[in-house]
Amino acid sequence: MALTEQELRTLDYEPDAGGHFGDYGGRYVSETLMAALSELDQNYQKLKNDPDFQREFDADLASFVGRPSPLYHAERWSKAIGGAQIYFKREDLNHTGAHKVNNTIGQALLAKYSGKPRVIAETGAGQHGVASATVAARLGLECVVYMGADDVERQSPNVYRMKLLGAKVVPVESGSRTLKDALNEAMRDWVTNVDDTFYIIGTVAGPAPYPQLVRDFNAVVGREVKWQSKELFGQYPDALVACVGGGSNAIGLFYPFLKDTEVAIYGVEAAGRGLSTNEHAAPLCSGRPGVLHGAKTYLMDNSDGQIAHTHSVSAGLDYPGVGPEHAYLKDIGRANYVGATDDEALAAFHEVSQVEGIIPALETSHALAYTKKLAATMRPDQTVVCNMSGRGDKDIFTVAKMEGISLT
Amino acid sequence: MSSNRIQQRMDALKASNRKALIPYIVAGDPTPDVTVPAMHAMVTAGADIIELGMPFSDPFADGPVNQRGAERAIAGGMTLRGVLDAVSEFRQTDQETPIVLMGYLNPLIAMGEVAFCDACQDSGVDGLLIVDMPPEEEGSLVEAAKKRGLDLIYLAAPTTTDERLKTIGQATSGYLYYVSLKGITGSSKLDTTEVASRIEHMRQHVSVPICVGFGIRTAEDAAAISSTADGSIVGTVLVSQVEALINDPAKIPDALQSILKPMREAMDAKA
Repeated sequence: MALTEQELRTLDYEPDAGGHFGDYGGRYVSETLMAALSELDQNYQKLKNDPDFQREFDADLASFVGRPSPLYHAERWSKAIGGAQIYFKREDLNHTGAHKVNNTIGQALLAKYSGKPRVIAETGAGQHGVASATVAARLGLECVVYMGADDVERQSPNVYRMKLLGAKVVPVESGSRTLKDALNEAMRDWVTNVDDTFYIIGTVAGPAPYPQLVRDFNAVVGREVKWQSKELFGQYPDALVACVGGGSNAIGLFYPFLKDTEVAIYGVEAAGRGLSTNEHAAPLCSGRPGVLHGAKTYLMDNSDGQIAHTHSVSAGLDYPGVGPEHAYLKDIGRANYVGATDDEALAAFHEVSQVEGIIPALETSHALAYTKKLAATMRPDQTVVCNMSGRGDKDIFTVAKMEGISLT
Repeated sequence: MSSNRIQQRMDALKASNRKALIPYIVAGDPTPDVTVPAMHAMVTAGADIIELGMPFSDPFADGPVNQRGAERAIAGGMTLRGVLDAVSEFRQTDQETPIVLMGYLNPLIAMGEVAFCDACQDSGVDGLLIVDMPPEEEGSLVEAAKKRGLDLIYLAAPTTTDERLKTIGQATSGYLYYVSLKGITGSSKLDTTEVASRIEHMRQHVSVPICVGFGIRTAEDAAAISSTADGSIVGTVLVSQVEALINDPAKIPDALQSILKPMREAMDAKA
């Protein structure tokens, strides 16, 4: 139910003790996982206010990731569109090429402080897998990455990167052979090896406390935008735009602005071949509440409650669920969730490459496609910040193939 | 009536100093028409309670064998409505054997939790075991199930703390399902001595019968487990057998019998 602006300004936007964001979130898991989640929760609640932990996290973000990432004025593109001034938050410039590393550094440090020598991860596009393998290598942790067999084919450069970094990549053949199946398999590994293993989840989905801790580690993005926007144009942006698969880059940008209701918030889901078809990955736009992967949230399922096979040109958005905090922000009316189709994303991919000299990830291209539409409806003295969540180097093979170009 | 079927069966077993043999199969695996004959065959082989899996596309607490079973069932056209219809059909000739539906929450939400519990009562279901619904997440399903006299069976694990065990012990009815191993269904390690000492400990907090599942593959396993537990739950080994016969499904009921009969005999010999 939508809240009033006054209510939205005074909410604390924190989950309850059981990890619920309103009706969403929680811990819908088998008893076999409960002890592990409680242990993780206790460790996290203790460490998040621990000065040593925070200092190490901040130092790694600065020296290993290269933060703060710039807030960049896309002047030519803004002018070409003729509306609001568009700024990109350059998470694509992070080490490993996406926002994902903010979270994996935080979780790998949690693993280290919790005394777990082995980390596992699931990955869709491979960005989270690469980011996990990277920090595991740096901290000397054993790393196993589960990846849907279809994604292994779609994202072979990232598979090779993970192997170079010393990780073991396990292709998952079950179900739809994509991200959700990789997540199932990673949970299974964790249940079996919980004594020595830390599960580095890649997005704000999953059982509590994951949605909260992944958000907190990514919130550095929004915190930087707060001071960068003041510095660059003297006030907060009029609107924020980010793509939403599980929703970690989006919540990282949105979270520090939630109480600032003068800032409009837009999450862009993958509308695939169109929201009116069944071939998309947009649970907030056209799904319904249910329970998947340990949390209550919006998801895509059939009339019998079986989780749907999703479609998106971008592997990182090809997921039938979404982080429970996004479900909550949708229902209370604090954020708007819209879709961008494969074709719109591909057009934005080319346009931004050519006009701004930045090749964006296909996931990010969905946010860019909507940014263009939104900016066109706004005045030139207004501002939009779009999270440039990842770079597109990993996607050039996919795009070339779709356009009938052979790169070999 | 349905509310007491599990308790009546457990009481009767206790009176005759026997332990419960509880087989699990996935409803509709590999086709819908196999399920009811398989259920009757398992009763003939000595099953006391049947756990019937409601297939779900993303069964992350199950191992690969049970996931493949669920995938086959869904591909074969099994739906939640179909599972309930199978129970109704089974009840036409068997009003005695308790039936527990085991599965995940999302299909129940899709049907509507209250409508689902109504349908359970109508078709003769006795208990529900919802793997991804711990006591902390009790919602409208729990209330609706209680009103209709459906038992709610919860899981306990080796990692469950005493504090949680108290909560679970109070929430569970019918029996408690003790997951004997860390891991997923179909894991291979089973330490019967450790299970025995754990069961003794759990009885301080849990008054209902304690049945043990995960990792029971042979008649010896079943007998060893039930020397201390109140029942042995057998799943993956049966689903594997179904998988071996997907091209010859008519043989499935007999094949399940030939796994369960030696278990029954070994358990009774020990009693």
